Amino acid sequence: MSGNPTPVDKELLVGQHTDASLDATIGDIILDQSRHNEPQVKTPIKGLMSSPWQIMFGIGFLLVNVLLLSITMLIWNGIGVWGNNQPVGWGFDIVNFVWWIGIGHAGTLISAVLLLLRQRWRNSINRMAEAMTIFAVMCAGLYPLLHTGRPWVAYWLFPYPNWLGMWPQFRSPLVWDVFAVSTYMTVSILFWFVGLIPDFATLRDRAKSKFAQFAFAGLSMGWRGSAKHWHRYEHASIMLAGISTPLVLSVHTIVSFDFAMGIVPGWNVTIFPPYFVAGAVFAGFAMVITFAIPLRKIYKLEGLITMKHFDWMAKVMLATGLIVFYGYIMEVFYAYYSGVPFETALLHNRIALKDAPYSWAFWTLILTNGVIPQLMWVPKFRQNMTVLLIVSTSISIGMWFERYVIIPISLTRDYVPGAFGFYSPTLWDFGMFLGTIGLFIFLMFLFVRFLPMINIFEMKELLHQKTHDHGHDEDHASGQPEEVLS
Amino acid sequence: MSHGRDTSPKPFAVVAEFGTADALLEAAKKTRAAGYRDMDAYTPIPVHGLTDVMEWHDDKLGWVVFLHGCAGFTLGYFLEWWTSGGIAISNTALQVNGLNPYPMNVGGKPLFSLPAFFPPAYELTILLAAFGAVFGMLAFNGLPKPHHPLFNAACMGRASSDRYILCVEATDPRYDEDAVVEFMRSLEPLSVERVMTSEGY
Repeated sequence: MSGNPTPVDKELLVGQHTDASLDATIGDIILDQSRHNEPQVKTPIKGLMSSPWQIMFGIGFLLVNVLLLSITMLIWNGIGVWGNNQPVGWGFDIVNFVWWIGIGHAGTLISAVLLLLRQRWRNSINRMAEAMTIFAVMCAGLYPLLHTGRPWVAYWLFPYPNWLGMWPQFRSPLVWDVFAVSTYMTVSILFWFVGLIPDFATLRDRAKSKFAQFAFAGLSMGWRGSAKHWHRYEHASIMLAGISTPLVLSVHTIVSFDFAMGIVPGWNVTIFPPYFVAGAVFAGFAMVITFAIPLRKIYKLEGLITMKHFDWMAKVMLATGLIVFYGYIMEVFYAYYSGVPFETALLHNRIALKDAPYSWAFWTLILTNGVIPQLMWVPKFRQNMTVLLIVSTSISIGMWFERYVIIPISLTRDYVPGAFGFYSPTLWDFGMFLGTIGLFIFLMFLFVRFLPMINIFEMKELLHQKTHDHGHDEDHASGQPEEVLS
Repeated sequence: MSHGRDTSPKPFAVVAEFGTADALLEAAKKTRAAGYRDMDAYTPIPVHGLTDVMEWHDDKLGWVVFLHGCAGFTLGYFLEWWTSGGIAISNTALQVNGLNPYPMNVGGKPLFSLPAFFPPAYELTILLAAFGAVFGMLAFNGLPKPHHPLFNAACMGRASSDRYILCVEATDPRYDEDAVVEFMRSLEPLSVERVMTSEGY
């Protein structure tokens, strides 16, 4: 943000744009309801025409009801409606928790780490990715909350003075998790909101209806774009990015500690923290691509979210995917090289095609997470929306299986053969899982409807820098000193 | 209705409207060179170098964030140290109206397990630092402030879109409205406007 040493890549903002046209392209998606009612496409229901937004919102809404039903069933009957039982106490709930938390990580990475690294390609995808972070963490948070069995006393997890005279056990990774996830949620929302303030002001001034003017005026808190305000604003943004970066690394590290601190074979692995963080970024970028492809098509944002963006996102995905794959190899190597019978047995239990009942999950993981992403080496595939969509979906599935392989499967056979068992999720496990996917879709499309999905002021800044690079010689001719830019 | 005070609108500032950030920056330099001190600019994007031209600087926020971070770290470790009864001070000395520490022996680890206590303290550091950054920024900026005299200016409607507004405030010691308007016209802006205020009277 401060200082711009490299020239702007022209391919980041395609087409002829002005400040006002950027306002119109991004802002009018929210201010003009009709943008969400077109194009009308055929639906599987005969004779019913609907817009993509309405279809997706409808699907999301239906699945949210599935979620509500699943939660009601769970609370009414207790955790027994899930497949968790001895020896597998952590099943779908924890798998899905880790999966969702991971998906959230791309948002913070794009908004914080790429801001610190002064990567300009973050500008048109950061808002959307940050929204994903918040919604994914919301979905994630539901699982441990409900897994407590009595979510209405979930505040017991926090340290507060109480007449039982009890305090949390601060040496437990589960307590660390409470701190990490709640901090992550809070900071993500703050970061997101701070980014939205100037855009709310733009929408306030652009809105025609009284209600929209009033709503955005309130949300913008009277932002007027004063130079002094911008100065502090940028200062705050860069510091938020600086504190979010260690935060995002710590969150998935702590999530991985939930396992790595345990003694279960297959969990007690020192490589977990870095490999979980890389996996989170991997999964997160896959989800950003999965959503960005249809959204840019529906709302005609091809000039703002360009092929260059997809190219870079695919490259990040490839790089983090390789780290994750290295993690898998190391897990196998550790188990083999340790010579510990329990670890070797676990390895066998994971990979042996004939003897191990869950080896299909491991090999699905290797295929979807290890093999298919290698397509991204080919530049042509990084530019092909169909391939990108297939690869990113494959990664989402693969990352889910990664946690499935690690969490329940390690638990099915640990130390005592007498306690070996199986894990079979129930209908309500699937109900909860589908439900949270629905909640995510539901919230994403509400977000698209009501909030600017691309950061308007940062796109204008990009435009400004782009034109500035272009007319650099003129500036020198007019005697503009260099330090003005820094 | 009069309360014995003069409540009629007072001059607040003179604003000039520009079409580009570069034009604004150029004009701001000339305005500063002309000796005006209480200036501000209203722009849709952060224009780098403006605050330097205005010779205005503010580093308070960094300290606020730093101190908040320190507070979070201290608070986190203090909480963990006290609740786990980590240091053998007589229990009664630490009792606050029935509040007791709750020492637990976990795997024979010391009551004050410094490394294991790190993650919560770390997260609290980040949480409080983030609060410091966001709420500090809003507080120093005087936001939320739903109304401001500048919103009386017609050109402010586009200051969040594609107009760059330069402003000389009435608090400036050299402020003479007609002279400022005359000076601003010489900068070749798109328009010049006088802004009045009824605030604070």
